[in-house]
Amino acid sequence: MTTTAPSPADSLVVRGTPVQLVDVVKDYGSGSRALDAISLDVQPGEFVALLGPSGCGKTTALRAISGLESIDSGHVRIGDQDIESVPVHKRDIGMVFQSYSLFPHMTVAQNTAFGLQMRKVGRADRDRRVQEALDLVGLGHLAERYAHQMSGGQQQRVALARALVTRPRVLLLDEPLSALDAKVRVQLRDEIRKIQQETGITAVFVTHDQEEALAVADRVAVMNAGRIEQIGTPEDLYLRPASEFVAGFVGHSNRVEGVLEHGRVTVAGQDLPVLPGAVPDGPVLAFVRPEDVLLAASGLPAIVVSTSFLGAQRRTVVRLEAGFALTVQHAASEHPQPGDLVHVAFAGQPVAVAARS
Amino acid sequence: MTAATAAPIAGVDPTGTTPPSRRPARGRYGAVPSRATGTVVLVVVGVLFAIPLLSMATFTLRPVSGSGLTLVHWAALFDPAQQSNYSDLFAGIQNSLILAVIVVAIVLLLLVPAMLLAELKYPRVHRVLEFVCLLPITVPTIVLVVGFVPVYQVLQGVVGSDPWTLSFAIGVIVLPYAYRPIQANIGTLNLTTLTEAARSLGASWPVAVWRIVLPNLRRGLISSCLLTVSVVLGEFTIANVLSQNTFQTALLLLQQTDPYVGALLALAALLFVFVLLVDVSRTRSIGGRRPKKRKS
Repeated sequence: MTTTAPSPADSLVVRGTPVQLVDVVKDYGSGSRALDAISLDVQPGEFVALLGPSGCGKTTALRAISGLESIDSGHVRIGDQDIESVPVHKRDIGMVFQSYSLFPHMTVAQNTAFGLQMRKVGRADRDRRVQEALDLVGLGHLAERYAHQMSGGQQQRVALARALVTRPRVLLLDEPLSALDAKVRVQLRDEIRKIQQETGITAVFVTHDQEEALAVADRVAVMNAGRIEQIGTPEDLYLRPASEFVAGFVGHSNRVEGVLEHGRVTVAGQDLPVLPGAVPDGPVLAFVRPEDVLLAASGLPAIVVSTSFLGAQRRTVVRLEAGFALTVQHAASEHPQPGDLVHVAFAGQPVAVAARS
Repeated sequence: MTAATAAPIAGVDPTGTTPPSRRPARGRYGAVPSRATGTVVLVVVGVLFAIPLLSMATFTLRPVSGSGLTLVHWAALFDPAQQSNYSDLFAGIQNSLILAVIVVAIVLLLLVPAMLLAELKYPRVHRVLEFVCLLPITVPTIVLVVGFVPVYQVLQGVVGSDPWTLSFAIGVIVLPYAYRPIQANIGTLNLTTLTEAARSLGASWPVAVWRIVLPNLRRGLISSCLLTVSVVLGEFTIANVLSQNTFQTALLLLQQTDPYVGALLALAALLFVFVLLVDVSRTRSIGGRRPKKRKS
């Protein structure tokens, strides 16, 4: 039996506020820049994910918006206001942290009410809004519990309610799902997205998990070494990666060597069309998605190296006669065994090519 | 609209996950001792402590001559006719209590802010602070006092030679005992994230420290203050060498003429500390306050 979630109360619905980072630089003084003149424009009510490997600067960017990290140059704007000199507690943000951040000496209700107390909201209004926020995350009945009496998923729900109850201008989420187990992570991820859409709040979400970012965000900014490599919809990133890094980081890719000539790339003797780009003719690396390679009755002969079951599908690594390995994604009903001789064929075009020296 | 979009967690009870048990399964390596083992250990330790205390209590109830038990030694302490015998003792107790208050104030107003700054703002000085705070325990008190003597000769010219001036010297020797409980408490918390969460919710730095940090350090602070008071009440060497009248120096002098009162007051001091310890053990570091009943 499923429960019906309440729609967000009026007290939780906000008008989205734009957020801008303009040429923001942050240098920790260790020689490498945490943020290297990045610019980001988040539309009102938009859900943007900052995605990248550890140390790429995504958390620093989020903390620059929150004010928890000062910046060396550039501008941070929320709405029409430049806020780089505004202290954290006056920025009117809501933030959910990676580690559990509920105040241990307070109950769930007291935690949720804290932001409202700081804003001097009256007792009656405060109690009502706390209850509405807790109902929104499905924990209205646990108001008197302490953090140590709750699971990790419940604690992060309370943290979300606590961040939303003040109706902040922007919601900042710093890897809020990292500490949770896989099942709870997916549930809470979907719930965060649903609540964000219903409340209309502008949200910036930091994650290193590409699946998470692609599943929930309106747009994803892929970061690397303090820069934004590409920002676009999940489909853009997956189907039209703008760089070798994005093609390799977002989704699984086969990196195969080929030769580009007249808009076609030749890989292991097979001619594949490529999207028009700035890469000159010559040796290239082509990025081919596993689902664009098929196990076929005829095609390039290959030996199965390994295979793994993914549920509805199976991913199999094969080694071609040419010497390089390819990952093939195919129906789970086909189950080749390591050592089998199979044939593979390219069914789609490479998502990206990069010049190879 | 499907049920899945309507439910916050479709088909899943958000309360379904039970928090982990505090007591691991018995019989496993590294598990906490059983309740029976704990009881046995407590009883053995309790008896070891109780024997000398009961012996002292019995001694204070013995008459000077003859047999039986009497409260005459306890009554003498409160007998107005004998107050002149104990005037130095009462002055010493008063001095020690004043010293305890000042040293606790030094701990709370200087050490605690320094530790919080090191934890939250300047993590690089953390090791230096720890070294400085633990250093006094490695130096014998008598050695410290020899160093303090010339300092106090100068100090007397500036602030006089009242007993409260001992608080500067005792403030140094209590540092290790005051530092450890607070640091142990800090180690159990992620103070950085807690303060950042508070600030993101609209709390300024002072409010975040007052409303979030200090309540969560309550246990460490109380333990620290208790140990500080214990050290002050038990400190003899500094007061004796610097010729100050405190509880310990007065007790030693009195002991030479009236051993019953010495044992009696030692017992009272121990009971005082014991009561404080019990109070600390009842203070929970988290969730200690009962929540107010919320209106539904």
